[in-house]
Amino acid sequence: MSDLTRLTAVEIAGLVAGGETSAVEVTQAHLDRIAAVDDRVRAFLHVDTDGALAAARAVDERRAAGEELGPLAGVPVAVKDVLTTKGVPTTVGSKILEGWRPPYDSTIVQRLRDAGTVMLGKTNMDEFAMGSSTEYSAYGATHNPWDLDRIPGGSGGGSAAALAAYEAPLAIGSDTGGSIRQPGAVTGTVGAKPTYGGTSRYGLVAFSSSLDTPGPCARTVLDAALLHQAIGGHDPRDSTSIPAPVPDVVAAARLGATGDLTGVKLGVVTEFSGEGAEPGVLAAFRESVDTLAKLGAEIVEVSCPHFRYALPAYYLIAPSECSSNLARFDGVRFGLRVGDDGNRSLEEVMQLTREAGFGPEVKRRIMIGTYALSSGYYDAYYGQAQKVRTLITRDFTAAFERVDALISPTTPFVAFPLGARTSDPYQMYLADLYTIPTNLYGGPGISVPCGLSDGLPVGLQVMAPTMADDRMYRVAAALESAVGTLTPPAL
Amino acid sequence: MTTTLPAYDEVVARFEPVIGLETHVELGTNTKMFCGCPTDFGGEPNTRVCPVCLGLPGSLPVANKAAIEATVRIGLALNCSIASWCRFARKNYFYPDMPKNFQISQYDEPLCVDGYLDVEVNGETVRIGIERVHLEEDTGKTLHVGGATGRIHGATESLVDYNRAGIPLVEIVTKPIPGTGALAPEVARAYVTELRDVLRSLGVSDVRMEEGSLRCDVNTSLNLPGAEWGTRTETKNVNSLRSVERAVRSEMLRQASVLDAGGRITQETRHFHEETGDTTPGRSKETATDYRYFPEPDLVPVAPDPAWVAELKAALPELPRLHRRRLQQEWGLSDLDMQSVLNAGAVELIEATIAAGTTPAAARKWWLGELSRRANETGVELADVGATPAQVAELQGLVDAGKLNDKLARTVLEGVVAGEGSPTEIMTDRGLEVVSDTGALTAAVDEAIAANPDIADKIRSGKVAAAGALVGAVMKTTRGQADAKTVRELILSRLGAS
Repeated sequence: MSDLTRLTAVEIAGLVAGGETSAVEVTQAHLDRIAAVDDRVRAFLHVDTDGALAAARAVDERRAAGEELGPLAGVPVAVKDVLTTKGVPTTVGSKILEGWRPPYDSTIVQRLRDAGTVMLGKTNMDEFAMGSSTEYSAYGATHNPWDLDRIPGGSGGGSAAALAAYEAPLAIGSDTGGSIRQPGAVTGTVGAKPTYGGTSRYGLVAFSSSLDTPGPCARTVLDAALLHQAIGGHDPRDSTSIPAPVPDVVAAARLGATGDLTGVKLGVVTEFSGEGAEPGVLAAFRESVDTLAKLGAEIVEVSCPHFRYALPAYYLIAPSECSSNLARFDGVRFGLRVGDDGNRSLEEVMQLTREAGFGPEVKRRIMIGTYALSSGYYDAYYGQAQKVRTLITRDFTAAFERVDALISPTTPFVAFPLGARTSDPYQMYLADLYTIPTNLYGGPGISVPCGLSDGLPVGLQVMAPTMADDRMYRVAAALESAVGTLTPPAL
Repeated sequence: MTTTLPAYDEVVARFEPVIGLETHVELGTNTKMFCGCPTDFGGEPNTRVCPVCLGLPGSLPVANKAAIEATVRIGLALNCSIASWCRFARKNYFYPDMPKNFQISQYDEPLCVDGYLDVEVNGETVRIGIERVHLEEDTGKTLHVGGATGRIHGATESLVDYNRAGIPLVEIVTKPIPGTGALAPEVARAYVTELRDVLRSLGVSDVRMEEGSLRCDVNTSLNLPGAEWGTRTETKNVNSLRSVERAVRSEMLRQASVLDAGGRITQETRHFHEETGDTTPGRSKETATDYRYFPEPDLVPVAPDPAWVAELKAALPELPRLHRRRLQQEWGLSDLDMQSVLNAGAVELIEATIAAGTTPAAARKWWLGELSRRANETGVELADVGATPAQVAELQGLVDAGKLNDKLARTVLEGVVAGEGSPTEIMTDRGLEVVSDTGALTAAVDEAIAANPDIADKIRSGKVAAAGALVGAVMKTTRGQADAKTVRELILSRLGAS
C-alpha cells in the first residue's frame, strides 16, 4: 500500500473516483507512513487518526451512493497548526495554546471538508509562525526528509516536510514573510502564497494581520493549483477577503504543463540574483532561467530598488501587528494559565502565563513591536515602515508594466543544518530576504523546485501581480515540466 | 472629607469653570459591532457570545453596516462633517473584560468631526461644540464578588460576562466648554438631556442611563479669570441626568477648596457617588497610558459614499429642538406653559394623545394634572404612570360625548391607572355612566321636589339660586352620574321657573 503515498493528489482522486481504491485505504496508507517515519521527521504535532478515517469513510459512502465527488475527494491533507480545527488541538506551535481545542473550524478547514479532502492532522511550525526553520516550535524542530540533520524551512516546515516525506500529498501552510515558499524551496516541494485576500484568514491564528496569507503546499504545481482552487475565494467572515472569484489557477497550471511559454515576459529581479545567495543556489537559478527562455519566455532584468528595504520594514510591521494580536493570550479565556493559586492578582497571573507560554523569538518580536508602536516612536518606525511598503508596492507595479511576472531564487540558501542560525536572529531572518517583498505588496508568489545544489533542493520563485495568481502557476508548471519533480533519498 | 467646602456662589465668583463631556451610547442595532451575536440587554451571562466577540484565536471582525449608518446619522444630527474615508484603530491595553486585550475603536480618523449642538438653559441658547463622534466596540462586564463594595478591592473573585463585549458604542466628545460660569452644572445637564433627546429621535439607541446604554464622563477644571485653563479631572460613574449636574457642581467645589488651600489639581479619573454626591479619585492619568494606537489591519477602511450621506441627511427626522418649537406653536402654549410640559416629560405623551384624537388643551390637562400628580405621588416617570395616550384620548372622548362628567372621568382614570381595563370598560363595569335617561332623571327631580317643598316654593317664587340645593339632592340619589347642568334645567322647568 506504500505506493499510494507516492501518488499525486490528482492521481489519488482519480483512483478513488474510479473505485480503484477507497479513501479509507488511501488514508490508512498515509497514517501508516506517518507511523513509520514521523518519529524521525516530526512533521506532525497531532495526528487525527479517528477523524481522518471517519472523513475517508464518508467519502467512500458518498461514492457508493452515487454522489458526484469533487476533484480532491478522498485526498489526504496535512494542515499547519496555525488554522483552527473544531475539536482538534490547535497550538500554533506554542505552549500558550497547549491543549486548546477550538470550538470552530477556520474557513480554510471548512472548505477542505466541503471538498471531501481528509485531514490527517496538524503540522509543526515555528511558534506563532515566527521563524524560518521550525526550530522555534515549542514542541521541537521538524527534520528535513532530504537530510534529517537539516532544517525543513519555516515557519511551515511541518507541512513541507510531510509532503517531502510522503506523509501527505497535500498540505496547507500560511505565508507571512515566506513561510510557505521557503519551506517549499528547501524541501523540494511546491508552495504557493496566494494574493493577500484571495484566501480567507478566518480561523488563521494571527501573527501579522496585514501579511498573513494561507495557501497550498503540494509536490506538484497542478496539485497546488487544485488545492488553491478548493480553499480560495471570498469569505464574508474576513473583511480583507477579496470579493472576486479565484483566478483559474488550475487551467493555468495545465496550460503551463504543456511546456510552452511563448509570449510570456519574465523579469529577473536584479537585486535578488547576484551576491547574497549561495553560489549553488544562484547556479541552479540561472540554469532555470535558461530553461524558461528555451520554453519560449522572454527574459529581461528588472531592478526593484526598494526591495532592499523590505526586510527591515517587515521586521517593524510584522512585530508591531503581532504585539497587538498576541495580547489576547493572557490565560483568562483559553489555553495555558500559570500561577492561578488564589493568592496572585490577575495581572500577576497574566504575566506568569505569558512568561511561561511564549518562547524567546515570540517575546523578542512582541517587544520590538511594542516599542515600534509606542507613542513618540510610531512615526519613526511603524509609520516609516508603511511608507517603505508603499515604495515596494510601486516597484512591483512598475515592474508589472514591463513584465508578466518576476522571478528570483526563493531563498538565498539551501536547507542549513539544525542549530546553525538559532543563535543569530538576523541570519535566520535572511532566509526570507527574497520572499518578504511579495507579502508587503500583497501579490501572489510560488516556489517551485528548480534543481539541486550539493544534493539539496533549490526553489525558484515566481511573483505575479495581485489577483493574477494564474500567471505564476503557468510559469511554475512550465518549469516543472522541464525540470521534473525532485525525489528525496529514502528515509 | 474633612475640609469644609466653600459656598458655590463664592466659588463661581472667583473661578471660571471649563467643562467637557464624553458620552458613550450603546447603539440599538440587532447585532454586535463585529459579529452576528444579538445585542439585547440582559440574558444569562456569556450566552450571547461567539468566537469573534470572545476574541478567540483566529477570529476576525466584520464591521456592522447598520452601526456605521447610525453613527453617520448621529454625526449629521450634531452638524458634523462626515469623513469620506476613515479607519478603525486598535487601542491596546490589558483588561480581563476586554477579550482581545485591545479595543477596536477610532483614533485620528473619526467618522464624524467638528459639529455642534444647541441647548437651552434658562431661556438662553448655548452652542456646545462637538469635537468628534466615533464608533467602537463595548467591553464585557466584570463583577467583583466577595468584597464589601462590589469594587475590585477586597473582592475574592472576579466574574466576567462577555454578553456586552462587542456591542456597538458611539463616543461623542464635546469641545471644551468655557464661559458658562455659575451655569456650568446646568449646561452640562442640559447638553446630556438634549443629546439624549436627539439620539432618541434618531431611534439609534434606547438611551437609558440607568441600564448603561447612555454613559457620561464629565471633565471639569477651574481657572482664575484671565488665566490659562486649569488641570482637568474626568468624573465617571455619572448615571443620571441629575448626577451630571451634581458631579460638575461637586467637582467645582472640591477643586476650589484644593486650590484655595494652595494645592494643585491632579489630572485623574474620579468616581461620582450617587448617595453622597461627591467624587473620589480613581486611577491617575499623570503617567498617561500608552495605548499604542495603530490602524486595525483586520478591517478595511470605511468610505461613506457622499450620495448615501446626503440621503441620510435628507431623511433625518425633525430634531427635538425644532420639533418642540413647532409643537408649542401648534398647541398655542406660552413659553412658560411649554416649559412645564417639558419639565413634566410630557411632550411625547401629549403629542400621542392629540394624535389619538384629543384637543391639545384636554391632552395637556390630563397629563399635567391628574396623571402628573399621580406620578409624583407614586414616584414614577410620567410615561410609566399606568395610562397610555390612547386611553387618555378615549377617556376624553367619553367626556366629550357627555357620557362622563369631570368627576366621573377622574374616577374612571383611577381605574385605568390601576389596570382595570379601558376607560369604556371601566365606565360600563362600574356603572359610572352619566344618567342621561330623562325619564329616570325626571323621577329623581320630582322626588327631590317632593322631599323639599320649602325650597321648591322658593324657586317657584323666583329665587332661582335655591335650585342648587335640589341639584345636590338629585346628584346624591343618582350617585353623581347625572349631568348637573341638565338636572338644573329640569328642576327649573318642572317648577315653572325657567
